[in-house]
Parts: sequence; C-alpha cells; structure tokens
Amino acid sequence: MIRFTVNSEEVTFDGEGDTPLLWVLRDHLQLTGTKFGCGGGFCGACTVHVGGRARRSCMMPVASIANRSVLTIEGLASEKNGLHSVQQAWLELDVPQCGYCQAGQIMAAVDFLERYPQPTDAEIDKNIKNLCRCGTYVRIRKAIHRAAELIAAGESA
Amino acid sequence: MSARKQAVRLNRREFLIAGTGVAGSLVLGLPRMTAADGDERMLGFFVQINADGSIVIGSNQPEIGQGVRTALPMLVAEELDVEWSTVSVRQMPLGIVKTADGYAWKYGGQGVGGSTGLTSNWDYMREVGATARRQLIRAAAKRLGVAEDQCSTRPGVVICAGQEVTYGELIAEAALLDLPAEPPPLKDIDDYRIVGSQQRTVDAHEIVTGKTKYGVDTAEADMRYAVIARAPVLNARVKSFDDTAAREIAGVLDVFTVEGPEMGEPYVILASGVAVVATSTWAAMKGRNALRIDWEQSPSAADSSEKFWQENQQMLRSEGQVVLDDGDYDGAIAAAERVVTRQYRVPFVSHAPLEPQNCYAHVQEDRCHIIVPTQMPSGASRAAAAVTGLPRENIHVDMTRVGGGFGRRLTNDYVAEAAMISKKTGWPIKLQWTREDDMRNDFYRPGGLHEMRAGLNGDGRVTAWTQRLASGSKYYRRPNMPDEDLWKAELYPDDFPRRLVANMRLEYFHNAIGLPRGSWRAPAHNVNGFVVQSFLDELAHETDQDPLQFRLDVLGEARELEYGNHGGPTFNPGRLSRLLKFVAERIGYGKSLPKGRGIGIATHFTFGGYAAHAIEVTVSDAGDLIIERVVAAIDCGLAVHPNAVEAQLEGGTIDGLSTALGLEITVRDGQVQQSNFDDYPLARLSMVPAQFETHILPWDDVPTGVGEMGLPSAAPALTNAIFAATGRRIRNLPIGDQLKG
Repeated sequence: MIRFTVNSEEVTFDGEGDTPLLWVLRDHLQLTGTKFGCGGGFCGACTVHVGGRARRSCMMPVASIANRSVLTIEGLASEKNGLHSVQQAWLELDVPQCGYCQAGQIMAAVDFLERYPQPTDAEIDKNIKNLCRCGTYVRIRKAIHRAAELIAAGESA
Repeated sequence: MSARKQAVRLNRREFLIAGTGVAGSLVLGLPRMTAADGDERMLGFFVQINADGSIVIGSNQPEIGQGVRTALPMLVAEELDVEWSTVSVRQMPLGIVKTADGYAWKYGGQGVGGSTGLTSNWDYMREVGATARRQLIRAAAKRLGVAEDQCSTRPGVVICAGQEVTYGELIAEAALLDLPAEPPPLKDIDDYRIVGSQQRTVDAHEIVTGKTKYGVDTAEADMRYAVIARAPVLNARVKSFDDTAAREIAGVLDVFTVEGPEMGEPYVILASGVAVVATSTWAAMKGRNALRIDWEQSPSAADSSEKFWQENQQMLRSEGQVVLDDGDYDGAIAAAERVVTRQYRVPFVSHAPLEPQNCYAHVQEDRCHIIVPTQMPSGASRAAAAVTGLPRENIHVDMTRVGGGFGRRLTNDYVAEAAMISKKTGWPIKLQWTREDDMRNDFYRPGGLHEMRAGLNGDGRVTAWTQRLASGSKYYRRPNMPDEDLWKAELYPDDFPRRLVANMRLEYFHNAIGLPRGSWRAPAHNVNGFVVQSFLDELAHETDQDPLQFRLDVLGEARELEYGNHGGPTFNPGRLSRLLKFVAERIGYGKSLPKGRGIGIATHFTFGGYAAHAIEVTVSDAGDLIIERVVAAIDCGLAVHPNAVEAQLEGGTIDGLSTALGLEITVRDGQVQQSNFDDYPLARLSMVPAQFETHILPWDDVPTGVGEMGLPSAAPALTNAIFAATGRRIRNLPIGDQLKG
C-alpha cells in the first residue's frame, strides 16, 4: 500500500509499485487531466508537480511517490482564489488548439515562473521543453509573459 | 444555378431527409424532430433554448483543434440572432439513418478533412440558425395575432409590432409548428455581429482546468484495457506466440491473435498482432512486454529507405506515366535559351498527433457502442460494422474532442481493432496505442523524388515546365484503385503553374514500398509547395532575377483560372501575388543584411485558400540555423472565426517548419526505425522566434478552409532564406545537419 497526497487529499494505491504515477492518476484516481503523450519523458503532456517541482509523471514509479505530495491540473485552481494566473493567461491568449498538451504546458509554466518570475524569451526557450504538436508556441510564450505580469500584480496588490 | 445555391438546396434536402428518417413519414421537419429527441426545449437537432434564455448549440463535426466547435455554432448563433455570450456548445454523435436508398445523414455530413469542416457547413449551419429563428418569429406572430412580416428579432427576443417575447418563452410553441417548404432568408454579410468577430475557443476554460474529455480519457462501466503487440516488420504476420509470462502479470485477463490484412489488400487495420486485455493500461502494457512472439517472414522484409531512393532515381531515368501534357513541352525545351534541371527529395513523415490512437468499443449481440477521437465518424461506423457484422444503424458512434488530427484520424483502423477485441472478449474495452505503436504504425505522408525542369527564354520568362515524380502514392492499397490512378493523390494537375506556363508536362512513377501511406495535413501540397517554390527560387537566381519579382511576373494580375482539383472551381494567382507583396513588405524584403543573414519568400494555393510566408534567418559559420523572424499571411476569403484562422496559420507554419527542420521516417530491413520523440524530434518552443506575425487579408464574402493553408509555403520560405543567407540550396528534406560542415 503506497500513500501519498494528490491535490491535498490523501490517497492510497495498492497495485504494483512500478506503475507510473501517470497511470495511477489516470486509471485509478480518474484524474484524466494529466495526459499520456509518449511514455518516455520526451513530450511533457504528463507534467505534474511532485513536492512542488514539475515532473514527468510517466517516468515516476508510484513507489517513488510514497509520502510525497502531487499537484495535478485539477488541483491548480482553487475555489478560494479561482484560476491560477497561468491558467488565466492561457485563457486571455486563447492558447489551446487541440488542447491535449496544455495541462502539461501549464504545469511546466507554473513551476518555471516560480523559478523565473520575470523571464526573458531566452529563459523561456531554454526551460520550456514541452511539445505542442499543434504549434501553439507563439501563444505559449506570450502567455508565460502575461502570467508573469498577473502574478507580479497579484503579489503587489 | 450558382454553386452556392445548389449547396443550399442540397443541404436543405438533407435537413428534410433527417425528418423522414427519424419520424418515418415525409417532410415533417422541425417539430417531429423535436418529438423524436424527446426534449421540448429543442428546435430541431441543433438548437436548444432554455427558459432562462441560455442557448445550447449542437456541433456536428469532430473538433481536432481547428476550431469548428466554435466556428460552426457562431454561424448558427448569427442567424438565430442570439448573444454569443449566452451560447454553450454540445458535441453531437454521428447521425446516420437508413433510408430506402441506403444511409443518409441525420445531422448533415460529418467529417473533417481537406479543410472542408467550415466550408461544407457554411450554408447548412446558417440555415439551421435561420430556420430556428423563423420558427420563433412564426410562434410569436401566432401568439400575438400579428402578421409574420410585422415581426423581427433582436438577440434572444422576437419583436412584433411593439410587443416583445423572449425566445425562451416561445420555444415550446415554436417546436410544434410545421416547417415551411421554402428555405429561410439569410442575413446580409453587412449585418453580421458574430461572424468575423474575435471569439475564444469555446472549450478553453475546460481545457486549461483539465476537465475536457478526449478519447484517451474514456472510462465506462466494467471497461477493460487493451493494447496490441503489432508486427515490427511491415506486413509480417503472427506465426505463434507464448503468453505464459504475460498471463502471470497481475491484471492480465486475456491474450489472443489479431488478424492483419493480406499483403497488397486494402487496410482494415494496419498490422497483424497479439492483443493483451487487462484491468488497467499499465497491466496491459506489462503483459505485452512479457509476450514472446514468432513472426512469419514478411514480403517487405527487404524494404529500406536506401532501396526506395535508389529505385526512385532509377525510375526517373526511364519514361513514366505522362499525366498532363499541355502545349508543346519538348519543342519549348528545345527552343529555350536556358534549361534548368534540379532534383528534390521529400521524405516519408508521420502524423504524430499528441494523443496516441485509442478507441472505446462495446460490442454486444445486437449493437455496438464506439467512443472515439476521429476525423471521420462515418468511417468509424463502417469499420465497426465490417468487424462486427452489425447493421450500421445499430452502431452508435460518440465523438470526443480529438488530441490532434493532421489527417491521421481520417482512417479508423484503431476502431476496427477495438471492435475486434470487444467482439472477441464480449467486454467493453478501451484500446490504447503507445507512442511507439503510433510512430511505427501510421499512414505516412508519402516520400518522393522530384525532378524539375524548366526552359526559359532570353527575357528570363518560363516557357516550359515539367515535374517528374517518383513516389509511394497515398492511394497505394486503397480499395478499387487502379494503378493508372495512383498519381492523382500526388500531383494535382491544375496547381501552379498550370495555365500560367503554356508548355507543361507532369510525369509519374510509382514506388510500391510496403509502407502504409495516407493523408497528412495539406496532402501533396505540403510536398509540392516546397518543390515548386524552391525551384522557382533557383530559376530566379540562375537567371539573375529577383525572386520576388520573378514570382510576380509568373503569377500576374488577379484573375480566375479554371481549377478542377479539390479547392476549385477556380484559382486566382493574383491573390498569391497580393500576399507575397504583403509579406515581403512587412519583413523588409530587399534591405541590406549582414553576412550569414537572409530572407526567403514563398506562396502557395491550397484547397481553395491562399497563403504566403517571408522568413528571415541567420546561419553561423558553424552552420547553426536561427529563425529570426516569420511573417505569415493568409487569404481565406471571409474569416468567420479570425482567432482560429490566426491560430491555424501559426500552427500550420510551425508544423511546416518543424517537419522541414528535422522529421523523417526511415525503413531498414522492413522496419520503421523511428519510435518516439527522441528520434522523431518535433520542434520545441525554442525554434519559434518571438518575432512571429500572422496576418489575415480579407478578399470576398465566401470563406475558405484554413487548417492546411498555412503549411505548404513555410518550408520553402525557410530554405529560400537559408540560400539567401549562405548560398547553400537545401534540396533534400529534412534539413537536419546539412548546414553543418
């Protein structure tokens, strides 16, 4: 039995410990916002936060998550605060096309902006590695800058 | 009768057939449709009006990211006359009804490909909205005892001689009125409030909060999970397998053979294999890894990319099938002042939508339920019918939002697989492909070797033109496809420069390599746009002419030329000229640039729509390529949903650049060598410059599609820019590391 928290709720998993976190989230916890894209850590569609940092959940055996905290796209917005600034920026720029990669993109951007609150284009280019097959990169870059503004405005307010 | 009028009439007939099929008697129209759906708030199949005035509009087409789920309801809302902010959208399932003449569409034609999702529904959806509005007006007139012509509407409200009644109050009465035989009047373009306005994707909020359901997210009661171990060698078949270890994996429920197609026969599914069914996706994958399978020797075991390119080169030394021969090509070449010949090589590529193929199927004795991300739900219905033997009216197909199409999901092989597995086990199952399954089992964009030759006169004008293509046709293994028609998927004879160069010949050679092939975003255009726009650039440079002016001279002024291929009936070269001049001016074409820096331009007409690109690059001495700036412009006639037009132009451009930069599917010993994004490196954000502009240049009041138009001219603008920067001509794609060393 493996215990951990997902979006601040205690969960348990009694299956095989080598099951990737991705499939525990999707098949067992029905948290399907986290997507399966490549299974090899290349695309980032499965990005979630583990212990506050962006991780590729397809590459993490659930046994390695024991007693740790996981945040998924479903837990990013809160009833109290509404949408996260990154989600808000994604809406303003209307980033999604097919939308399949966007949960992973957003989770990657949230973590990135915690480390680079006022990012340059070069820092975005270097750090945002998630694939978007539709090619929404133009809007993703703009939305990250916009989210940085929204976060800064929220902190100064 | 104009083409547009005919379209209205045809769509109207479909509208009425729908009534026939559902209620079983003739021309009952909207009210009986309502009764059939059992919801008194419905006005026909598409429009639901709630008591509070909120509107739910049905979207009949698959949403693959191109924006139809927003654009089509915009058309309905425009004619219905409601505020867009009161509208929400509901995905409709496949609707087919059996008639004496076979199957008819219940909700109009359904399926998205060839950039027709909007254009083929342009009249139909507007008429749906206008019909519903007219019923509301008629209901109000009846209630108030006022003549219909004394009534009009403002958003959500009928106004009759000074009295106002909301749509929400009228819906029940409106739903009981018969449908008039004549079509309703449609709005004038000048009165549009919603069409042409900036609107967000209707599902954006659901997407950014992770709530949107894609096919991969399907979870139905008692559902099991399935994967298939497919033949690693093209066209190989299962000889035997040992599932002892697989069955020992916790959660594995069943293991059995999936029969593949016979070599050379049309594909129902792509490959022979062994299915593993389990209680979870991971258990099924682990079970698959534990299988030991012996495969029969395949007739494709000796296939390789090396052999493919050698054969193509060999074929080009012989005479092929002449499929177009305008004027006197040989005479014009003989008389030419200058003859230029070049070869271009464009590889096989994979679709690689980010959502791997998947399908839910529940086959029961007398019915079947399919939930699938597909571009062609009718194909899904046919695939399931073929596998199960059930009549199509007993197969219910629900469509989810689709995690990328790009043409891959025009074929429903994965639906057939899922139906096979459910039929065999009796369980509701979700078939899941992995990324490796997807990359090794695709209907690839055909690879081909193109030999271009042009004759130019003393003024530098093109007098003769030929394209000789040796490729693996997309039509390979299509049902009822004669060999002499294979070329038709690869060369569209009315494409540029037809009717602009008097002496023109097209010649085709087919290579029967055992790789499956299919439609990949802007089929044939995505290849020929590169080849033709590269060759034009070379002709200009070879004859010391400016590449922009040279193109403008060939294209000439705005005029309609006959165009018989998809996207016709006409092609206006002046619309390409306008775009070219625009992007050139925006990027500062002709300005002096430092060493290693260059600007390239290109333009292409794709399935009725027009686009052009200007790209500025830097190439370092070490061969590092940086795309500095992209200017893209599209002329799609009337932009119905401009936000999505811009998005498709951004995405199409990036798709074209990403593919040209690094993507290729290769074969060795009959096996596809790529398997995931490490060896099939889709471009990441860092490839895309911050200076990236998209522009919509309106033309008239008829929309064209937009999903494919932004792609074909992107790659040649890039390689033309590389030439301008370095003097190095890229004739083989992908660019890869050709600039290094």
